[in-house]
Amino acid sequence: MAVTTMTYAAAAAAALGAAMRSDDRVVALGEDLGRGGIFSQYRGLVEEFGAERVIDTPISEGTIVGAGVGMALAGLKPVVEMRVADFALCAMDEIVNQAAKNRYMFGGQGRVPLVMRLPIGIWSASAAQHSQSLEAWFAHLPGVVVLCPSTPQQNYSLLRAALRADDPVIYMEHKELWARSGEVDDAAVATIGRAQVLQRGAQLTIVSWSAAVHTALQAAAQLRAEGVQASVIDLVSLWPWDRDTVLTDCARTGALLVVHEAVQAGGFGAEIAATAAEHTRCRVARLGAPRVPVGYAASLEAASRIDAAAVVRAARELLATHAA
Amino acid sequence: MPARDFADRRPFEGDRDLTAATEHLAELYRTMARIRAFEEAAERESIGGVQVLGVTANASAKVRGPLHLSIGQEAVAAGVCAHLQRADLLTSTHRGHGHTLAKGANMRQMMAELFGRAGGSNGGKGGSMHIADFSVGMLGANGVVAAGMPIACGAAHALKIRRLPQLVACFFGDGAINRGPFLEALNWAAVYRLPLLFVCEDNRFSATTESAPMTAGEGAAVRARAIGVPSETVDGNDVAAVSALAQRLIADIRGGSGPRLMHALTWRVKGHVSVDGQAYREADDIAAAQAGDPLRRARDALLAAGTPPEALDRIDAEARAEVDDALRFANQSPPPERAAAFTDVQTLGDGTWR
Repeated sequence: MAVTTMTYAAAAAAALGAAMRSDDRVVALGEDLGRGGIFSQYRGLVEEFGAERVIDTPISEGTIVGAGVGMALAGLKPVVEMRVADFALCAMDEIVNQAAKNRYMFGGQGRVPLVMRLPIGIWSASAAQHSQSLEAWFAHLPGVVVLCPSTPQQNYSLLRAALRADDPVIYMEHKELWARSGEVDDAAVATIGRAQVLQRGAQLTIVSWSAAVHTALQAAAQLRAEGVQASVIDLVSLWPWDRDTVLTDCARTGALLVVHEAVQAGGFGAEIAATAAEHTRCRVARLGAPRVPVGYAASLEAASRIDAAAVVRAARELLATHAA
Repeated sequence: MPARDFADRRPFEGDRDLTAATEHLAELYRTMARIRAFEEAAERESIGGVQVLGVTANASAKVRGPLHLSIGQEAVAAGVCAHLQRADLLTSTHRGHGHTLAKGANMRQMMAELFGRAGGSNGGKGGSMHIADFSVGMLGANGVVAAGMPIACGAAHALKIRRLPQLVACFFGDGAINRGPFLEALNWAAVYRLPLLFVCEDNRFSATTESAPMTAGEGAAVRARAIGVPSETVDGNDVAAVSALAQRLIADIRGGSGPRLMHALTWRVKGHVSVDGQAYREADDIAAAQAGDPLRRARDALLAAGTPPEALDRIDAEARAEVDDALRFANQSPPPERAAAFTDVQTLGDGTWR
């Protein structure tokens, strides 16, 4: 047991390494894993565990996921790497019709303990096909767990928890968090489905996940300077999601703002806002990206980013309607 | 002359071999007879069970939804599965009853599954299109063309990593070779040298469309060879020939050869689904498919080899009796409780379905 400072990418490699050391059924497969993965999130693993367990694959996303399903059915616990969530769209049949449905449609005869890593988010200057945040697609899908770690600690503990699960897990790291450093306690155990309340305030509940959590925290600091006390809740897990923590807090504050990097229309923020409105008397608002592809030029990319100033504006507007 | 074909392919050294070969053929015949009887019963129970191709559904059918029959193709399932052991694994297509029965699945539970009953192999959650029996290594039929191929790769990859001696048989149709997973899976199996037998069950139709005008080049075996997977074509209606080829390919695979592909040419006798009257097919095409009936060919060969007709009649009668018993079981099995809709979805978040 140790607390060390490491990056979000290194935390993932450490978590996978620990899981592989303790359980020889755990294997990883995907493109470029033999060189540590394109974001170094598998660094050192092939050297320790060999190419049979850290498997370099052809660029065959459908078969990477489909093979993951078959491996899981035949007694392994595979981790499959999609490198960016956008590429997982080449494997949608395998994710949606095979991994997610297997247990149910075969009447519980099998289990698919498969961790699918689909990094999301704007990755600066990577344009429309390498920047999407599609977590809502998978939260919509019965049969899968959806996780979005925001810190190195979460990336360590949550990946370990995902590897203990017997469900297919859509594990969505954020591409602009790879280099983010933080303390990681390797003894900390994550409970999937539990949100983290990062701060409590009396007037407003801000719910977010993934990289947008850090934006929400910046906004909350600015709001505090203006005299507005906001709770900030990191949802961490989109399915299952921690309704109790969110509903309890927004019932207390009377106002809920959900902030996410994904396109706002049809986003998971709508699910949280609607649930809060159905079950509490709180006012709700959402803040997500406009429904446009992410552009290449910095000025275009900026149009898809949610910054702290935008969160502060949305909070002020919500509280103004709330007061009225 | 089917009998001579059979004799030509299997040179016998003496009466003992002849007896062993005849016994093997009789067992293959039994497997095919069981598949045929099962599917004919399922077909009868399905009439009116689906609204498709201009046919209106009615509520009285016990087998509802799309029912894809492999009538006329039984030799492929029987011949291949005769050389699989219980611990070997199998992935199938939407036309998977034959593969499932030949792999050793329980017929009562299969029929109950087609009826959508709680006593079905999948508890009524899958039906015909998702028929499966994991207890005998049958990892499932699939509603998506070619979707079993990547899963078969993963299962074979796991067997290899786990140093297990089993192999995987992966059935797919001629329509599947025009989907991406065909290319990906063949390449994958060859790259990792997996213990995997690909079986292209070529019934010449992709749903209601003839496959030939939709398929460039020479088809499954040639495409597979281009990827480095040794492939052989066989008369898929000659069960002895299928069995002999499967025996050889499976022996190679068990010996560590890596993947092999069998391209079995057969005929789909029935429509894409049971209510499909096949107005798009020429009468002589359907007649040719019926004329090649693998059961009749095997029967003729057995008779020519001296098997008494009563012995074959008994096999037919036993198959029908088994199906009657399965029908009784399915009829008596209750429908699943509504609450079962919420089970076996996932463990984490169990109950948070809203």
